[in-house]
Amino acid sequence: MTVAGPLAHAGHGAAGPSWFPLFPVALLAVCYVLAAVRDPRGWDHRRTAAWLVGCALLAVAVGPLAQLPDNPSGHMAQHLLLGMLAPLGLVLAAPVTLLLRVAPPPMRRLVGRLLRARPLHLLAHPFTAALLTTGGLALVLLTPLYAVAERHPVLHHAVHLHYLAAGYLFAWSLAGPDPAPHRPGLAVRVGALLAASAGHAVLAKYLYAQAETLPPGLTDREPEAFRSAAQLMYYGGDLAELLLAVALFATWYHRRIGSRRDAPTTVTGRAPSTPDLGTGTEARPGRTRSGRLP
Amino acid sequence: MPPVARESRNGDVPPAHWAFPQLWPGMFHAVRGISDPIQLTARCVVVDSSLPRPRSADVRSSTLVGVLIGIAIMAAVDEIVFHQLLAWHHFYDRSTPSVALLSDGLLHAAELIILVGGFFWFADLRRRRALSNRLAWGGFLLGAGGFQVFDGVVDHKVLRLHQIRYGVHLLPYDVLWIASGAVLLLAGAGVVWWARSRRPDSRPR
Repeated sequence: MTVAGPLAHAGHGAAGPSWFPLFPVALLAVCYVLAAVRDPRGWDHRRTAAWLVGCALLAVAVGPLAQLPDNPSGHMAQHLLLGMLAPLGLVLAAPVTLLLRVAPPPMRRLVGRLLRARPLHLLAHPFTAALLTTGGLALVLLTPLYAVAERHPVLHHAVHLHYLAAGYLFAWSLAGPDPAPHRPGLAVRVGALLAASAGHAVLAKYLYAQAETLPPGLTDREPEAFRSAAQLMYYGGDLAELLLAVALFATWYHRRIGSRRDAPTTVTGRAPSTPDLGTGTEARPGRTRSGRLP
Repeated sequence: MPPVARESRNGDVPPAHWAFPQLWPGMFHAVRGISDPIQLTARCVVVDSSLPRPRSADVRSSTLVGVLIGIAIMAAVDEIVFHQLLAWHHFYDRSTPSVALLSDGLLHAAELIILVGGFFWFADLRRRRALSNRLAWGGFLLGAGGFQVFDGVVDHKVLRLHQIRYGVHLLPYDVLWIASGAVLLLAGAGVVWWARSRRPDSRPR
């Protein structure tokens, strides 16, 4: 960041520990590939590719980008990768469906029960998830939290973890191929995407306009660097919105082929307690959607 | 025999205007009433082989999908040509009030969603053979012109988000901007009117 040098570097640590976040990312990639290989029915390679792309984006965000000398644009690129682009790849890889295929029955039951839990439905509602992503970002950038996170590595990583989790939740609630009981209809999801993207764009322009004073609490600032970071945020947000919209409408488009054929048999919207879930290539959301029709 | 067949068809297939009764929420309506348009389409595709093609084109959806894509393409042209290539428009104008900032963000986000949703809907109509190309083109011109006029009047003049160009006398630019939008709008209206008058059967009542 543009805070004084020693403070900034305290936040990122020396060369050693800052590479540490790469290990969980590598672990995620390896676990998924091992599970995909073990899947008895054969796992769609495109899903594996989506997962690996997501992991690669994560690795770029927590590895090389974290090593760069501090500047607002680097932080913004990290946010874009962690909170918007990588989660979409991870979500499209349908990890829960894969887990349900290869896990032993007790684990499947547990996942099924978890997916049926009411708090999860509330948390995974598109508007809740939109609030968590865009609202969380606004909280970081408009309050002294940004400056504090610069100085405390633990908080810094916690913020990144929040970006990733909220981004994953949002992408899953909109367009995830994984089972999602009680997922709202297309109009609600498009509305949530609109709200989140508009919030993101407004926040970016507001930061651009107020680059002299925002984010608050920094000791040393370069407004010009923050303006270019705000522009990156604006156009990067557009890219993420575009990809999310494509994923969202693609589930709708593919759903309509299927519903012509098997509309009478999909009147369930049930939670996935059986191993027999998801083909791995079908768009799941429409199933719960059509379950709501009379 | 033929009367019986027609009766049964009228019995379980709603008339076209029932399936797409509204103009603007039609996009979501088509999705919400998912079973109806599909049933309807299934029949229409069958009808398509025996009757003249125009019977199967969905007039409102074809026009509306053209309008949506027109709006989105014009917005993209505005963003790419005037913001990025020419750099005439500014990313942010010092005089922009914060309400305008909010509406600008909403519009900007909506444009992208309209672009993607419009193309998927277009593909869906084509797949169902319910697309009328002429109406879609007419709608495209309507949408593009409408956006241009809206951008020129509301964004530039009423909300004062940004101006077309800075450091010049603005009047000729504004006049040219809005007039070109109006020409597109009129051309679109003409094409839609012409396409509809060529197929009196498919005009919604």
